Amino acid sequence: MDEPGYFAVSRRGVLQSGAAGFAAGTVPGASVAFAAENKAGAIAVSRMPVRLEVNGEGHDLTLDTRTTLLDALREHLHMTGTKKGCDHGQCGACTVIVNGERINSCLSLAVMHEGDAITTIEGLGTPEAMHPMQAAFVKHDGYQCGYCTPGQICSAVAVLKEIAAGVPSHVTEDLGAPMQASNMEMRERMSGNICRCGAYSNIAEAMAQVAGESA
Amino acid sequence: MKPFTFERVSSPAQAAAAAAKSRGARFIAGGTNLLDLMKLEIEAPTHLIDVTQTGLGEISATGDGGLRIGALVTNTALAAHERVKRDYGVLSRAIVAGASGQLRNKATTGGNLLQRTRCPYFYDTNMACNKRVPESGCSARGGVSRQLGIVGVSEACIATYPGDMAVALRVLDAVVETVRPDGSARTIPIAEFHRLWGDTPHIETALEPGEMITAVVLPAPLGGTHLYHKVRDRRSYAFALVSVAAVLDAEGRGRVAVGGIAPRPWRVEAADAALPDAAAAARALTQGASPTDQNAFKIALVERTLAGVLAKARGEFA
Repeated sequence: MDEPGYFAVSRRGVLQSGAAGFAAGTVPGASVAFAAENKAGAIAVSRMPVRLEVNGEGHDLTLDTRTTLLDALREHLHMTGTKKGCDHGQCGACTVIVNGERINSCLSLAVMHEGDAITTIEGLGTPEAMHPMQAAFVKHDGYQCGYCTPGQICSAVAVLKEIAAGVPSHVTEDLGAPMQASNMEMRERMSGNICRCGAYSNIAEAMAQVAGESA
Repeated sequence: MKPFTFERVSSPAQAAAAAAKSRGARFIAGGTNLLDLMKLEIEAPTHLIDVTQTGLGEISATGDGGLRIGALVTNTALAAHERVKRDYGVLSRAIVAGASGQLRNKATTGGNLLQRTRCPYFYDTNMACNKRVPESGCSARGGVSRQLGIVGVSEACIATYPGDMAVALRVLDAVVETVRPDGSARTIPIAEFHRLWGDTPHIETALEPGEMITAVVLPAPLGGTHLYHKVRDRRSYAFALVSVAAVLDAEGRGRVAVGGIAPRPWRVEAADAALPDAAAAARALTQGASPTDQNAFKIALVERTLAGVLAKARGEFA
């Protein structure tokens, strides 16, 4: 079983003793609990195998059941493009695309993504061959510090798909008509991605360009 | 987060059986509210039962012209469903008035009904909260209460039910279908699903321990104009101060339910009967209100929000 190592910073002492020597004998679809001693007494830490498919590549991991998809990506697969902001689903920095839909990776357990197709910012494009949304963010100056940007871009790519698929938003006037990729629609649909630098106007313009409409 | 064991089940019957075996278990589907609360250790299940593979993700027509919405249908899928957009617009509009696109892609119909209050004292584990720790007291009384409830609240708890979807379901008279740990099924009208807090604010719904929602059933379409108006401190991605779900005819007669003011979506027969008189309907909806100094504005806001919705139904403004 191929499990990349932990970042040192993520290894809590309480997990170190428990992690050693555990691999075999697991039941598919169920985790196995065992006691790990620490100073506070015995607590049951539970681990479970999961295969994550990220940007088209499969990874076999055995994870503490508490591990979020965000932490699995960052701390176990060392894919740090996806950012941790609030860790409570409020800021959108952790947005990734799972089976074509954007989600907050901080509010989802890694062990619940067996078999899912996960796309992160690393899977959208490369510096040499940027995704059209990445190129539009550069062109329109859709970021300043850049920390929220991977989440913004993953969200923006999925928003355009949602509009095309007829998913309504709070500012949609006519539920029965085709959805419009208007500036107000972009702003409403992107409200789950917070940018402290305030690049919102330029983000909306970048999205409008990709959608083929003027902002 | 406290450690937990994890189990995947493949049918509602298996889920019910798994719940019957483990006292500290919780079902998990979208997880958007439960995991947030687990990180804060407000929720600390010892066992999670993953119900996402139980085949409850479909929307289907019922024999009497209504819709059966599987408990696992996501908020996004429900709001975007062609029949929902056409025949139950109030439901589509309520759903997209809540949360963010990312959350709506994960959040499920069953889970959304069970989302817990956003009272700041429920969330702050350093403060007394009868809902989080029974009989520990209520810090909200005398605290910051702008967002909190004005009707149906109790001495023990003034929190609100925070959701939008259920306010629309209340106006539509939806019915919740469940399976209990012994495997038996039952139905619960949405009007009886969320409890008033009373002396036991930690018991929030009519569900028994281990009982799982399998579907929400909508009766045949009502016709009329479907509106959902939500007043909040931010224009997007914020919980309601007051929201109104309405299905109205061109004169402004029909049904209304109000969110953001009570432990459950608030619908009063006398208010529906008083329509299209916004003032009379609002009086019926807020009768017996016991607001705090900080949220007494909600009484006037209910009437004004209702008046706005009625004007829109009558075509007075776009």
